[in-house]
Amino acid sequence: METDRPGLITVDAPSEKAATSSTPILRFEDVSKIYPLPAGDVVALDHVSLTVEPGEFIAVMGPSGSGKSTLLNMMGCLDVPTSGKIYLSGQEISRMSDDDLTRLRRDRIGFVFQQFNLIPLLSAVENVEFPLVLTAGREESRQRAIEVLRMMHLDDALFSHRPGELSGGEQQRVAIARALVNDPDLLLCDEPTGNLDSKTGTAIMGILAAENREGKTVIMVTHDPGVAAYARRTIRIVDGRLV
Amino acid sequence: MIFLDLAVRNLKRHKVRSVLATVGIIIGVVAIASLGIMGSSLSVLVGGMVSDVSDTLLVTPHLAISSGDPFDPRNTLAARISGRDLGLIEKAAEQHRVIPMILASDRLQVRDKGGYVALYAMPATEIPFLLEEEAGTYPRAGSSGVMVGSLLADELDLHPGSRIEVGGESVRVAGIAAERGMGIDINPDYALIVTEEWYTERHGDQDYSRVIVKVGDLAEIEEVKVAIDQQVNRRKEVVDVLDSREILEIYYETFDAINIFLIGIGAVSLLVASVSILNVMIISVTERTGEIGLMRSIGARRREVLLMFLYESLILGIAGSLAGGVVSMAIAYSVTTSVAGLFADFAVSGGDGIPVAVVIGYTAFAMAFGTAVSIVAGFYPAWKAARLNPIEALRYE
Ligand SMILES: Nc1ncnc2c1ncn2[C@@H]1O[C@H](COP(=O)(O)OP(=O)(O)O)[C@@H](O)[C@H]1O
Ligand SMILES: [Mg+2]
Repeated sequence: METDRPGLITVDAPSEKAATSSTPILRFEDVSKIYPLPAGDVVALDHVSLTVEPGEFIAVMGPSGSGKSTLLNMMGCLDVPTSGKIYLSGQEISRMSDDDLTRLRRDRIGFVFQQFNLIPLLSAVENVEFPLVLTAGREESRQRAIEVLRMMHLDDALFSHRPGELSGGEQQRVAIARALVNDPDLLLCDEPTGNLDSKTGTAIMGILAAENREGKTVIMVTHDPGVAAYARRTIRIVDGRLV
Repeated sequence: MIFLDLAVRNLKRHKVRSVLATVGIIIGVVAIASLGIMGSSLSVLVGGMVSDVSDTLLVTPHLAISSGDPFDPRNTLAARISGRDLGLIEKAAEQHRVIPMILASDRLQVRDKGGYVALYAMPATEIPFLLEEEAGTYPRAGSSGVMVGSLLADELDLHPGSRIEVGGESVRVAGIAAERGMGIDINPDYALIVTEEWYTERHGDQDYSRVIVKVGDLAEIEEVKVAIDQQVNRRKEVVDVLDSREILEIYYETFDAINIFLIGIGAVSLLVASVSILNVMIISVTERTGEIGLMRSIGARRREVLLMFLYESLILGIAGSLAGGVVSMAIAYSVTTSVAGLFADFAVSGGDGIPVAVVIGYTAFAMAFGTAVSIVAGFYPAWKAARLNPIEALRYE
């Protein structure tokens, strides 16, 4: 319903934000990532430069193996580039220690993956509170986790279920709740609807779009043009190069 | 403690695997503790004989193949010390007391019980010198009375005045010797002590099986020993002269070796157990690679992942060590008594058992070792888990 119109309604919001905060939330400067393999080096990212302003909703599209996940992982401080520089809110990350990168992921970034999003040993609510209990008390973490899970419209009865006992759509809601629980600046989703049927996928996209309207910067990888339509900017990548 | 929680849950998820790894540790801990306790049981038994014999020289017939160990069965070969050699020994020993004795055995029948018993025959005047009296009198030269070792008397319910049959002849019990314990000179507690006359009247004149020299002053032991050696072994080796410290050293070396060997066996079983922990942990890390990648990507630090896996092996180790400790304590008692029972023939301390401190000490050592071994075994897999690259871990199928 709003899918066609968000551009009209909120098109000014990101630029407004960009104007107020001088630094972009993400800046790639000539970033390359090369995986050395016995069969020869794989260039997953080839001299990529881009800027993401706070509040943007970006879809990353491209064929399989083109480097979308690699790009998203770099944005999420999961890996550092082979060459080039990445700035997260003006902070250069490629020289950071593993512990510092981990702390950034824990406190400022939310991840949603296509699969294997949840820790099987933990219940839904425990999965959501996981990033919080690493630093905060269990009691307040629990409250916050429940609050976010309710925002995802997950039935209270499912909170204590283990991931194996949840449907794919429910699992993704829990995963999004987990990604949002630390109130991140940046929400990164790698094919969040890739394993879902279209109806469930639409619901999930609704949640992401709503989060973006709330002001969250959302970057998602997708194959699906219908899904990409939710975003206000699309980055296309082929063979590790932006096109 | 979310990571401790996760460790516990993962162990519970794989109950059989966890229990088996724990059983390995239990076995290892029990092996170390009980073998250690058993080893020190032996040492305690030996320790019982250290007491009052440090002034003793033991002269035994020299055998080409003998080791000089008085309990070496080869010493029972029929070599003897002649009266002439005894004279030489007495000469060399000067003022020190020289006690020649014949070791034999004879059939003993008391009421309906019968069997062979060790017999010590020595001059009547020397008996009071070697043995304390518990009841009755020392056997006198010319009388047919015999003295009975304390434990033998207890077992057969003998008292001064009781009649026993020795070698088919009915004799009177003159006295009961006080319990003496295992000694390097004599072990009379399960033996009969008779006068030399008593023995030679019945079995004819005999050479001596061994000669004991009591050297009053410890400082003179070496001197007397050399003197005897020079006197008797002038032309050829006739006797071996051992002082009690030398003999004790032989024992201690032997028992130390046994003890180390026993603990070594226990340690090997714990090492085997640690390999099974290593195995379980490597499986666990491999299975959970994706999970590790996820945890790392949402903010778990390397050291937290390391801890999570270390907790797992630590829990296995602590659980195994605790259970093993309890089992060790439980069987320590029976091990102690059975070992003591085995050696009761030699040992006065047999009934005393093993000091509680020794049991606790070995058990604590085994538990600490078990826990330490588990941590060490868990460290490598935990370290590997912590080093995983989150992206590669996430991509892992
Ligand atoms: N950890 C890695 N080791 C080796 N090669 C990798 C690794 N990650 C990605 N690649 C390679 O890099 C390229 C881009 O991968 P990826 O970013 O996952 O593509 P996409 O998500 O667009 O399908 C692919 O050729 C892939 O095989
Ligand atoms: Mg991908």
